Amino acid sequence: MMTMEQSLGILFQLYQSLLVVLLAPLLTGWVNQCRAWLQNRTGPGVLQPYRTLRKLFHKDAVMAYNASPLFRATPYILFGCMWLAAAIIPIIAVDLPFSPVADVIALVGVFALARVFIALAAMDIGTAFGTLGARREMLVSFLAEPALLMVLFTASLISHSTQLPRIVDALAHHQFVLYPSLAFAGLAFVIVLLAENARIPVDNPGTHLELTMIHEAMILEYSARHLALVEWASSLKLFAYISIGIALFVPYGIAEVGAMAGNWGSALPLAVIALLVKLVLAGAALALLETLLAKMRIFRAPEFLGTAFLLAVLGLLIHFLLGA
Amino acid sequence: MPMSYSIQLINLLASTLLLIAFAMLSQRRILSLINLFAWQGLVLSLSTFIVAYSTNQQHLYYSAGLTLLLKVLVLPWLLHRLMRKLNVRWDVETLINIPTTMLVGIGLVIFSFNLAAPISQLSESITRGLIGIALASVLLSMLMMLTRRKAVPQVVGFLAMENGLFFAATSATHGMPLVVELGIALDVLIATFIFGIFFFQIRETFDSLDISHMERLKDD
Amino acid sequence: MIDLQLLALLLTPLTGGLLLAVFGSRSWAAELNSLMSFCTFIAAVVLTVRVIDYGPQVAFSEQFFIDQFNVFLVALTAFVAFTTSLFSRPYMRIEQHYGKLTIPMLRLYYSMYQMFTLAMLVALTSNNMGIIWVAMEAATLTTVLLVSLYRTPASIEAAWKYFILCGVGIALALFGTILLYFAAERVLGEGGTALLWTHLNQVKGELEPTVLKLAFVFLLVGYGTKIGLVPLHSWLPDAHAEGPTPVSAVLSGLLLNVALCAVMRSKVLVDGSLGAGLAGDAHFAGNLMMGFGLLSVVVAALFLSRQKDIKRMFAYSSIEHMGLITFAFGMGGPVATFAAMLHMTMHSLTKSAIFFAVGHAVQKSGTQQMENIRGMMQVSPTVGWGLMLGTLAILGMPPFGIFASEFLIITTAMHDYPWTTPFLLIALGIAFAAIFGKVQPIVFGETTARRLPHQPALIPVFAHLLLALILGLYMPPYLADWYRQAAALLGG
Repeated sequence: MMTMEQSLGILFQLYQSLLVVLLAPLLTGWVNQCRAWLQNRTGPGVLQPYRTLRKLFHKDAVMAYNASPLFRATPYILFGCMWLAAAIIPIIAVDLPFSPVADVIALVGVFALARVFIALAAMDIGTAFGTLGARREMLVSFLAEPALLMVLFTASLISHSTQLPRIVDALAHHQFVLYPSLAFAGLAFVIVLLAENARIPVDNPGTHLELTMIHEAMILEYSARHLALVEWASSLKLFAYISIGIALFVPYGIAEVGAMAGNWGSALPLAVIALLVKLVLAGAALALLETLLAKMRIFRAPEFLGTAFLLAVLGLLIHFLLGA
Repeated sequence: MPMSYSIQLINLLASTLLLIAFAMLSQRRILSLINLFAWQGLVLSLSTFIVAYSTNQQHLYYSAGLTLLLKVLVLPWLLHRLMRKLNVRWDVETLINIPTTMLVGIGLVIFSFNLAAPISQLSESITRGLIGIALASVLLSMLMMLTRRKAVPQVVGFLAMENGLFFAATSATHGMPLVVELGIALDVLIATFIFGIFFFQIRETFDSLDISHMERLKDD
Repeated sequence: MIDLQLLALLLTPLTGGLLLAVFGSRSWAAELNSLMSFCTFIAAVVLTVRVIDYGPQVAFSEQFFIDQFNVFLVALTAFVAFTTSLFSRPYMRIEQHYGKLTIPMLRLYYSMYQMFTLAMLVALTSNNMGIIWVAMEAATLTTVLLVSLYRTPASIEAAWKYFILCGVGIALALFGTILLYFAAERVLGEGGTALLWTHLNQVKGELEPTVLKLAFVFLLVGYGTKIGLVPLHSWLPDAHAEGPTPVSAVLSGLLLNVALCAVMRSKVLVDGSLGAGLAGDAHFAGNLMMGFGLLSVVVAALFLSRQKDIKRMFAYSSIEHMGLITFAFGMGGPVATFAAMLHMTMHSLTKSAIFFAVGHAVQKSGTQQMENIRGMMQVSPTVGWGLMLGTLAILGMPPFGIFASEFLIITTAMHDYPWTTPFLLIALGIAFAAIFGKVQPIVFGETTARRLPHQPALIPVFAHLLLALILGLYMPPYLADWYRQAAALLGG
């Protein structure tokens, strides 16, 4: 027999899972729309990703002649991984049933799993572009992952836990303290976010230039529902990353421990509104950043990501020195 | 560990100082370097101001003002002017290997934090970590001077080193006696003028501000 | 009274600097320069007499402090500054005659010469560790433009190196000073007194040993760059070789001493702090200084034989001797400290005399390359003898004073740190062979040299050498007593 809190918890967990999967394309659309505005274009409207998805789902899938089952399975695995990641990150409350598994290192692992599959699938067909994209993707992630881990370590040093809900709890629901180390980690995280989500200084999601593309090169062979899932997974990944950023650096507004038992009726709507505001702001900021920055040559990417690593390590060191 | 907001702010500014030191280390363009130097001066001035406010020491207000005047306005202006006159505004330092420099820089930070650790432990004072950060930024500026082959970035490194020292003097120890600070500021100002004279002498003699032309004097 | 005397000592070079900045291009500027230096010397003598009579004194609300240790350096500095100004009068005129210098350059030279004297005197007499730093930096700033006076590529390179390296070094010294203040502030409280050496000296037992140790490392490395300790010495040969010879003489004979004085002031504090704590590292500062000193002696000796430029060679000899002095101060104890101070005096006198003689020899032969300077004895027996005797003196031949001080240093080392003696002896032997082997053909042999358009000033050379000789033969009891008191002040 479940208690009231447990059933409420499950309800909200389901709610969050649905929320993220439905909201993710909207976030992508919002970012694109902001970019369009910043570039003095009208833009396709924030709902464009949904239309694209619908269109893709209605098409017939075309498969390469020599595609293996791995190639077919990858979009589903990708989508699953990203959905899982986005669903367990505490974005509205810290004590949902899945919260204990939202360990930051596990999350990095989930992202890595997805990456391995997409890279393998890209090479599966045997076209030049797929291999090229996979290699570039591996290069970028090889550099970005340590930086991401360092960022997460800095945050977990402050809260003495690698579980995201605990980190959120330590940062948001205690006395406000300025953490210089987190400022460094935050900067590093932004760089990692740009690199991992194929955003502008590292990759340009809007073009198919063979000299520069990374992510698009890997998914060139996908079509119809497979492509739709891959695109949706990308949206979810962006959503997940931004959620991690929110959880680590601006966790204010997320419902506290015990909210399920107490005044969930006021805490949770507040949390959802706070989340929406933060997402809108983050998306606009991302668009601004992408507009301001110029795409860098792929050979400069190691330097860019090295900066992220450096910042994260500095944050860590400063934490040890200043204790903050 | 209840820390007052002023201390937190100083810590944050200290970290920013370190960040700017790293940014300078990796900056290839001379013009941006000078701007970073001005930013560093601003951070320095702010933190001095906060120390002055929180410890209520009159003379630190003067130091803060002096820093603002000298390091944010006068010195960058002088340097910009020099750049214009020497026509090296768009010079780019090409020879630095950024990743290696950064790694060495991280090593220096670890080194100086280690060196400062015993001091931080015995000090019950609130600004315990700052000596380490100040030392780190001094060493980073020194590294910058070592890695550069052009005269102007070397000088900016020299001045940035002075900034790190000034930070140690004002924030970590709550201010040296004013007469010393004035003396230091005067020295720095004169040094900048002499550097300026040197730029012209070097360019006249070597036709460029590239220090790598200077390799006449060697022990063989 | 002391205030007034000190004021006279400091105001004279300041006035001189300002006057020469205005009138430096007149024909009598060199005489004015000598006159101001002479007045400074008189003021220093008066001050010295007073300190000998009344013991250590503070002046200007404790901002200045004069005791037996620094007053001896003040006297030495003022004396050598005076004789060097005498030497530079004909020397600079000859340079001007050869078209190497212009009138504005001379004006800069005279003015900066006085300012440099001022900076050194302030650094010596200041009681405030912060002001000592400021004065040391000022001493760099005043000399850096003198090193590049000739505007040749090599001299500009030397000056740039000097500026950058000493700038970096002196920055580390400032960090050390800040750490010292950090430690002192906890004992003496915030404000003006926490950097005053006399106050620090009183509470040195209470200063935090860990901080002071770290502070001393920075101070030693920082001021050590100025002293020219290996491995921070690379600016020194360049600056000495490329600057005008009078500047080489004062850099070598005086500035290095002043930097060493600052190090000794810090050493006294660190020793006091560490001695009060755990006994294990009570000799920390001394060991560090011994290490740097020994390294400098050995490395400089090895470099000596490879030199081709005569001023460069004697610059390396300065590194060697400063290393020896640092080593002796590091050993500590009354005898070694006494010997170190004696060596400081002798080295200043002898090395500046050598630079005077070298300056004229170089002018006569028109080059600094030793292989082209030949047969000085034929052209000018006085320059030849001056160079020969100076070389013998600097190499520690009896009966010159350096023999006495080196003898004391080495016997003390034999007694206290036997393992260092072979290094010292071998290094001194190599130095002897290198320098003597190179100077001998310069003095004797066939010549190609020319006559100088002005009469060279050789009185300073022989005055210095005579002093070194007299002090080597006979140390007046009051002088020995004075040195002993100074040694006692340094905790010897």
